[in-house]
Amino acid sequence: MTAMTYPLSADVQKQQAMQEPAWIRMFLIGLTLIFLTLFLFIPLISVFYEAFKKGADVYLAAITDPDAVAAIKLTLTIAAIAVPLNLLFGVAAAWAIAKFEFRGKNLLITLIDLPFSVSPVVSGLIYVLVFGLQGWFGSWLAEHDMKIIFAVPGIVLATVFVTVPFIARELIPLMQEQGTEEEEAAVVLGASGWQTFYQVTLPNIKWGLLYGAILCNARAMGEFGAVSVVSGHIRGSTNTMPLHVEILYNEYNFAAAFAVASLLALLALVTLALKTLIEFRNQQHQQRGHE
Amino acid sequence: MYTFKQHSILPGFNLALGFTLLYLSLIVLIPLSAAFIRTAELTWPEFWATVTTPRVLASYRLTFGASFAAACVNAVFGLLVAWVLVRYHFPGKKIVDALVDLPFALPTAVAGIALTALYAGNGWIGQFLEPLGIKVAFTPLGIFVALTFIGLPFVVRTVQPVLEDIETELEEAAATLGANRWQTFTRIIFPAIFPALMTGFALAFARAIGEYGSVIFIAGNMPMVSEITPLLIVTKLEQYDYAGATALSVVMLVISFFLLLIINLLQWWSRRRNSTT
Repeated sequence: MTAMTYPLSADVQKQQAMQEPAWIRMFLIGLTLIFLTLFLFIPLISVFYEAFKKGADVYLAAITDPDAVAAIKLTLTIAAIAVPLNLLFGVAAAWAIAKFEFRGKNLLITLIDLPFSVSPVVSGLIYVLVFGLQGWFGSWLAEHDMKIIFAVPGIVLATVFVTVPFIARELIPLMQEQGTEEEEAAVVLGASGWQTFYQVTLPNIKWGLLYGAILCNARAMGEFGAVSVVSGHIRGSTNTMPLHVEILYNEYNFAAAFAVASLLALLALVTLALKTLIEFRNQQHQQRGHE
Repeated sequence: MYTFKQHSILPGFNLALGFTLLYLSLIVLIPLSAAFIRTAELTWPEFWATVTTPRVLASYRLTFGASFAAACVNAVFGLLVAWVLVRYHFPGKKIVDALVDLPFALPTAVAGIALTALYAGNGWIGQFLEPLGIKVAFTPLGIFVALTFIGLPFVVRTVQPVLEDIETELEEAAATLGANRWQTFTRIIFPAIFPALMTGFALAFARAIGEYGSVIFIAGNMPMVSEITPLLIVTKLEQYDYAGATALSVVMLVISFFLLLIINLLQWWSRRRNSTT
């Protein structure tokens, strides 16, 4: 009788030693998909399902309601202020940190990251302590008939606070990796500081800038805790979209709450799509660079 | 000689650093210091009494317990998701990979109402759990679910790049020396990704402790039972108890700073581990 076992080829042996048996792979993939379905996909789908459950008319009525429109406008306004401010900050901070060597740099990087580790509620509260009626500048503001807390400026400040790190932390590693040689060459050739920035640095960092701005925008539009503390929840005036969702939900107007929430979920999906596109582009760019 | 800054021919250092420091001071440092300065108006026994009432202690237990449990689940499943995304191929992998970041992008209030609707007694998931006697919405279990949702991307996104960078030569060597797959995983792969796993765990834990938006809808918010510390701060503020709210937020800030320090140490450990292997 000839033996039925053939010596396995080296490749097959190596593959067997380097990879789990097929049933384990299937099991792990299955477990992952079940977990993600339960915790990610179903919650996402349910937002749209609940929003359209009572029909398109109810949906349209909810998102064209004057209070909803005011909330959408306020959310867009706040993002339009907070994102450019943090863009400016991110570029300045990354320029100082990535292009120069100085003492205390690591401390500065930690300080920039600080807002990420502060509870949103505390982020709102600290502005109440500074600008609220009981706060440091409270009586001065009241005398001059200015309002920051329970008004739009407070919402802007709280939003700026929670989104400070997004663009800076995207740009710092990117600009560190790129080094200073190109800028130094430009300066040696007689370019001014601004010329160097616009013509050498900016083209190199524009995708990182966009990436950070997209993430910053998503958080700015979606922030709830910090904004909730400083807003005062005045309908049609200091209600952002997330706050409007909360009010509708607490009034048991679920269809309308989910209708406005579905717009925010759509924003999240667009954000993820753009983010993935930029990552894909960067990967291709890197591969081309290596060839 | 002591020099603050190394010489460079590039311009703009003073302007860029000056603007950075001014902006950080106005937006972050001065407002944050307000919490500490206002709390200093309390005497130490007053402060201590405020931050250790039974209701506050119950909120700490709940916040830290639920955050810890959620971070543990995220460590296990985050490692699994990262492993499957890096090592295996299956249809739709790119979309799954992109959607892992959903909890970062989805506003917390939206996550909160969606999870509440799902886990309520008549919800898609709640209707199956209710007959088993498991109540999720409006209980501490609901808080755990919400915190698991918002912490999900942290472990995946810290472990994934490290797993991608592991050189397969090490695994080949282990296999050549007769190790089976499980031994290779526990002796070679796991030690290499352990610092990143701990970093992800700490990030998820830190995020969960401060979380507010996704929790308040699903929690039920009953004092002593399902009231998280951030909510207690808001409740005190709404009752015009500024001193109490501020004292509690100082406790939260100190814990955040401590966690930030640990996270920085873990990241440093992770970087060192990966540059030596």
